[in-house]
Amino acid sequence: MYDGGKIIVGLIACLAFFLSPFIYDAGTAAKAPKPVLTEKAKEAGECVNSTPYMKAWHMHLLDTWRHTVVRNDERYYSPRREARMARLDKNLFDQWRHFVSDGARRYVPKEDKVYYKSLQETCLDCHSNKSKFCDECHNYMGVTPYCWDCHIQPEEKK
Amino acid sequence: MLDTALKGRQGYWSWLIFLLALMGVGLGCYLYQFQEGLRITGMSRDVSWGFYIAQFTYLVGVAASGVMVVLPYYLHNYKAFGRITVLGEFLAIAAITMCLLFIFVDLGNPVRILNVILYPTPNSILFWDMIVLNVYLLLNLFVGWNVLSAERKGIPYRKWVKVLAYISIPWAFSIHTVTAFLYAGLPGRHFWLTAIMAARFLASAFCSGPALLILLCLIVRKVSRFDPGREQIRTLSGIVAYAMILNVFFFLLELFTAFYSQIPSHKIHFIFLFAGLEGYGKLAPWMWTATGFAILSLILLIVPATRRNLDTLAVACAAVVIATWIDKGLGLIIGGFTPNPFERVTPYWPTTPEIFITVGVWATGFFVLTVLYKMAVSVKEEVGA
Amino acid sequence: MGVNRRDFLKIAGIAGLFGLSGRAAMDILAPGELEAAEKPVAPPGVKRWAMVVDSRKMDEALMDKCIEACHREHNVPNYGNPKEEIKWVWKEDYHHSFPGQQHAFIEEDLKHKEFLLMCNHCSNPPCCRVCPTQATFQREDGIIMMDMHRCIGCRFCMAACPFGARSFNWGDPWRVTRVEELKKLNPDFPTNRTYPTRSKGVVEKCTFCASRLARGEVPACVEAANEVTEGALIFGDLNDPESGVREALRKHYSIRRKPELGTEPNLYFIV
Repeated sequence: MYDGGKIIVGLIACLAFFLSPFIYDAGTAAKAPKPVLTEKAKEAGECVNSTPYMKAWHMHLLDTWRHTVVRNDERYYSPRREARMARLDKNLFDQWRHFVSDGARRYVPKEDKVYYKSLQETCLDCHSNKSKFCDECHNYMGVTPYCWDCHIQPEEKK
Repeated sequence: MLDTALKGRQGYWSWLIFLLALMGVGLGCYLYQFQEGLRITGMSRDVSWGFYIAQFTYLVGVAASGVMVVLPYYLHNYKAFGRITVLGEFLAIAAITMCLLFIFVDLGNPVRILNVILYPTPNSILFWDMIVLNVYLLLNLFVGWNVLSAERKGIPYRKWVKVLAYISIPWAFSIHTVTAFLYAGLPGRHFWLTAIMAARFLASAFCSGPALLILLCLIVRKVSRFDPGREQIRTLSGIVAYAMILNVFFFLLELFTAFYSQIPSHKIHFIFLFAGLEGYGKLAPWMWTATGFAILSLILLIVPATRRNLDTLAVACAAVVIATWIDKGLGLIIGGFTPNPFERVTPYWPTTPEIFITVGVWATGFFVLTVLYKMAVSVKEEVGA
Repeated sequence: MGVNRRDFLKIAGIAGLFGLSGRAAMDILAPGELEAAEKPVAPPGVKRWAMVVDSRKMDEALMDKCIEACHREHNVPNYGNPKEEIKWVWKEDYHHSFPGQQHAFIEEDLKHKEFLLMCNHCSNPPCCRVCPTQATFQREDGIIMMDMHRCIGCRFCMAACPFGARSFNWGDPWRVTRVEELKKLNPDFPTNRTYPTRSKGVVEKCTFCASRLARGEVPACVEAANEVTEGALIFGDLNDPESGVREALRKHYSIRRKPELGTEPNLYFIV
């Protein structure tokens, strides 16, 4: 091998460069924040779907909501109907989604509740503490959802 | 073959660094636009496309014109063009690169650009434009690259390359036809709503592109040991002459229909462009300049003595490029949007950041072009030596 | 219901054999059917929203009220700059509302009269035809809707719309550099906390208040206008022969903007 030494040194330098963020941050892992519930949310006791489902799939739910509201004018969400529909899902991604999110398939609320599909009017009505409920976890995960570019954030008491 | 682009004289490197600097300025301005939105441009709700889309339209023409050297060589076996087909193809690659960049910088939401593929919409001409432009880019890349590397190795290029070259011929026509359809199918924009739009686009493409190619050939002759050849340039100049005549003829057809019929909505855009409307006539001097250059180029191209003389031919080609650029790169878009659907005039003029972004994209195109031409010329020199 | 495409093709084919064509063929082979097909027949339950602007009952103050109601409902800020202006509904004089219709000796009242304009919600919308992502689309009830989650901001729809009904968010109302400037112009922005604001780079326009319709309310402008003058704006279902819009169109002469372009606007004006 020509210039073998140089190549090996180069490879090591490259590796060190690409691993530097991990080395730099090693041992300083921040504790995962726990979402804080408002009094209103605690009182309600349940979200529009089961907690494991919401934890894992709230973004998917919101994506479906915005799609169905704007494009199909379907403005109400019924978890019971959704659970029933879920059993009929043939789509592989959805099958996997139900499998992973555990609760989603089995979670059939006793009451047939219906929710108005709106981030601003429904979600943030209970979870009016966006900074504690949404942002902390999003920041921890390093995600910056662009929902808030348009959707108005609740006014929080400081 | 890229290795040949990494060896060059000082002039080559300074030129590339100059282009890189322009690209840097353009990128900086683009980041500013990305942050602030398109409000930093001169566009408005009335003139909702501007300089970017105009450059895009002009450059689709330049890209399509590659077919003017490809067609005679592959279809009519016109051997002389074998020397310069690769120059035509590489010019097309650079032009398409600029086209795609101009579309990109014009988007309000560039991060969502993949929505065009995620939600394919065959009834939108823009969807088809995306397809034809990208495929044309790939066709030229494959054909140009393979033919050149075969030439370097001194072997004939493979059969499938020729098949791709054949495909690229109707494809070149398609890119400019589809681009014309972007405009020609819009109700209520009477300046664009004309059946001759695609034909006009092709005519202006087939004069401006080869004119640019002649200028590039003359530059290549000066800066390298590779001579594209007198016969080649002479044939190209004939193509430019015919296409420019057609281009002006088609434009006059538009004028006849608008002004003999006396239909206000058809006349008004021409009046705006050449005389101004409601006190706004910033484009009129440009349009008359274009007219002047068009006439000059026609004289120089039609008179055999001036067409054959390389110096006057260079002037003629520059005149063609300027005239067609003003026509398509300024008049077509601004004139189409003014007056607006309410018959009101909203002035448009590109802002400084908008011009810098435009210059940055052009610099990127010329960077690609320089590197590709360097490769082509180096291979030609190698083979020739 | 009338003649469907398949039947039409069959009839046309048979007619072709006998050298008949067009209307004659229809009259001989399927008498009465063509007339039936020409009339709009809607499947039951499907609505087709339309609006009638009774310009006789409109004055500028009332139009301003409609505009304000709409723009407050949809958080449309005032940018203080005509180039960036966003308008869902606006007023325009006769000449510019109906270009080509004006002449030198026109009725004095009409000459200076302003008209309330908005998206026409065309039955044959060029904007939806050109959109490369289906971000703007036609709903079953005829409303031309905007999916601002999907719009890439190419502005093809703005070039395609012959009515200038579409606005583009050239900037971002929330951009830090401008918040102060905009706060001055719009002290109580956002005016409706149940409706989103916008981000830069998307196109928007009147949606016939789709979100209000879903709640069973009439559009904001209609509500505002009728509070002052009953019947100044009439909104309803064209598929329902008993609806207000059908009645108004039956009883009065009405015009539409640029009907010759074939986009079939659903905004009618009584002059």
